[in-house]
Amino acid sequence: MQVDTPAWIAALWVTLKLAGFTTLILLIVGMPLAWWLARSRSFWRAPVGAVVALPMVLPPTVLGFYLLIGLAPAGPIGQLTQSLGLGSLAFTFSGLLLASVLYSMPFVVHPLQAGFAAIATDTLDAAASLRAGPLDRFCSVVLPLSRPSLLTASLLGFAHTVGEFGVVLMVGGNIEGQTRVLSVLLYDQVEAMAYTEAHVLAAGLLVFSFVLLLLMQWLGRRTAVLHG
Amino acid sequence: MAEPACTLYIQLQLTRGSFRLHTDVRLPGQGTTVIFGPSGCGKSTLLRAIAGLEPAASGGVQIAGELWQAPQFRLPAHRRAVGMVFQHSALLPHLNVEGNLRYGWKRAGASAALLAQWIERLQLTPLLARRPHSLSGGERQRVALARALVTAPKILLLDEPLSALDAQRRSEILPFLETVRRDAGIPIIYVTHAVEEVARLADYLVLMEEGRITSAGPALELLNRNDLPLALRDDAAVVLEARVIDHDAHGLLTLHSAAGTLYAHGSAHAPDSALRIRIQARDVSLALSQHQDSSLLNVLPVTLTALTALPGGQVQAQLDANGAPLLARISHRSVERLALQPGMSLWAQIKAVALLV
Repeated sequence: MQVDTPAWIAALWVTLKLAGFTTLILLIVGMPLAWWLARSRSFWRAPVGAVVALPMVLPPTVLGFYLLIGLAPAGPIGQLTQSLGLGSLAFTFSGLLLASVLYSMPFVVHPLQAGFAAIATDTLDAAASLRAGPLDRFCSVVLPLSRPSLLTASLLGFAHTVGEFGVVLMVGGNIEGQTRVLSVLLYDQVEAMAYTEAHVLAAGLLVFSFVLLLLMQWLGRRTAVLHG
Repeated sequence: MAEPACTLYIQLQLTRGSFRLHTDVRLPGQGTTVIFGPSGCGKSTLLRAIAGLEPAASGGVQIAGELWQAPQFRLPAHRRAVGMVFQHSALLPHLNVEGNLRYGWKRAGASAALLAQWIERLQLTPLLARRPHSLSGGERQRVALARALVTAPKILLLDEPLSALDAQRRSEILPFLETVRRDAGIPIIYVTHAVEEVARLADYLVLMEEGRITSAGPALELLNRNDLPLALRDDAAVVLEARVIDHDAHGLLTLHSAAGTLYAHGSAHAPDSALRIRIQARDVSLALSQHQDSSLLNVLPVTLTALTALPGGQVQAQLDANGAPLLARISHRSVERLALQPGMSLWAQIKAVALLV
């Protein structure tokens, strides 16, 4: 077995960086969005909810394709980023990050939305009558009560980003140290008939995903016991 | 008569679908006002609107000299000095009892003495470390009461605080409600659809129906009026104030009321203590003469003032007992047999006198 260690480490680093930043951005963007989806009675709730859920059913290549067109120098996002002096984001880490945020959004927003929706209106009204303002209520009631959903959302967002392939290939390409992630590296190994290396990578990703999901199950049970 | 400075003005409108709430009422700035009405009449919505929890409600609210809402002004809920107790207590599930008590207390900046006082009065010390989900329904409402009171509110709003409890839990918490009524020193608005709670707790009564206030006035006056729907209910009753004269070894209380001397069974009460009694119309029968051979203890001379036919062949007789009102529910046949006419002198035989409090 001939492992190209620097290439592997680079791919691992890109993967972790991508998954980490994606999760972070999604928590920041996803919390207000999930709050709105859980509490709003607006007409737009259903359409927005459907758009957020789209990546769950859409072939990743469809999302990747549209993003590639959009990010290209002539595309709408491309023109915007160029006028800001950022150049085109296609085949860059930033473009990949944008794609990942969109692609993993439902996996973060849905658990948060379910957690927020489970908080009784009475509980929030009681906090308001106890002199807690809106931000205070969010920090002192909503966040502690949705801790299990926050954890689930973070783990799912992270794991799902690590598991990306189609979107990465379309938008990011396969540039070592910038856009080549583990799943793409695995694909390369298979293409090169390096099955031993492919086995190591595949087994690694499998174990990683399993451990993460196992963790979620345990956390889910612990909180069920706490709140039961 | 000059209004006391602390009158409560509540003038609120709200439309939700086909439901319209429209109230314009002044309530006394002290004592317990009970808002009574059937489910869906808007009484809870009105209470929530006073607390600022109904953003769609418009109008004006002035509580204890503070303006909380006006046409161009709306104080958000968390800036209103209100103590609110919800039907299902709404304790914060992630905090223990002490955490729940301190949540509002800390934010309101109330004194440590107040916190200690209500923990003691409502006997919460043994519960402080407990989590809400491990408490009984009655305990939860006690915590909710204390949690509201330790914020030093200007008004206490209680939204059907007993309706989620069974009869036993209810009787457990009622003495605590009495303590709150006596010691809180702030006006209380209490929403309920249970007539027993009205009879027991109300100083002032507001009747609501379909989003509107149909009548408002001193509770005993309103409870005993015959032109209000309360008098036509199956459990129509009069509520009288009474004073304990004596309590014998068998648990029989001798009471003095405006209607005359009455006897009732009940727990020991100190002589001269005041309480309310409730006499249901269906527990009162009428006779032309005073029977000496009856086992009934409570027989009062009365004057028949009016007869009202009720659906189902029954007749409600309104009586005057020495100036106090009394109701009797009798059959149509009895009215004919005894040839009852308004103005007749009769004897009211009372089967049961319920002690409230």
